[in-house]
Amino acid sequence: MQVLYFAWVRERIGVPRENVETTAKTVGELVAELRGREQRYDLAFSDMSAIRVALDQELTDLDASLDGVREVAFFPPMTGG
Amino acid sequence: MSVSVQSDDFDVGAEIIALSQGRTDIGAVVTFTGLVRDVAGGEKIADMELEHYPGMTEKALASIEAEANTRWELQATRIIHRYGKLKSGAQIVLVATASPHRGDAFEAAEFIMDFLKSRAPFWKKEGTLGGGKWVDARDADEDALNRWS
Repeated sequence: MQVLYFAWVRERIGVPRENVETTAKTVGELVAELRGREQRYDLAFSDMSAIRVALDQELTDLDASLDGVREVAFFPPMTGG
Repeated sequence: MSVSVQSDDFDVGAEIIALSQGRTDIGAVVTFTGLVRDVAGGEKIADMELEHYPGMTEKALASIEAEANTRWELQATRIIHRYGKLKSGAQIVLVATASPHRGDAFEAAEFIMDFLKSRAPFWKKEGTLGGGKWVDARDADEDALNRWS
């Protein structure tokens, strides 16, 4: 699936988007898997209270299922306006 | 109802005219314009970089606009949000609401702004002398949503 990163999450991970092969069933499992891969992910996801997630462009939470999802996005709390 | 996410500047006057053109049933137009301030937390700000999530941004703004239209009697609404690098003093966002009565127009504009600040996928990075700094979300912005529930 496509995984997108924005703002300082993007800066810490070093890419705006990437294709990730995973068997993770939930967002939480995907985060745990990425954190185990490389330090840059571990650093970006060290404080999950500062991370928001969207599945196929809809805001959701860490317990959400990845079943059928094509696009996952991780980003800090939004600061529009 | 109309949403634009763009790097270009906008003309508030022209947007008001476009909202009410060709109709005589509108009693009130309220507009809110957000600008880039040159100071934040005591630090001088030269410019602001606005990042967004193309696709989701448009959907989130359209959903906020649709919700406002179900809650208040609105005849027209317009949201413009800019992205990219904006200098201090530049316009960032425009919300305009038209209604037969001012109460609905005022409240709907405030509702749209409150939701837009923490539910539309934009992130601000302030350019200071010491380099770029991501703006933290404020608890006050989250609290502002609660009064509409």
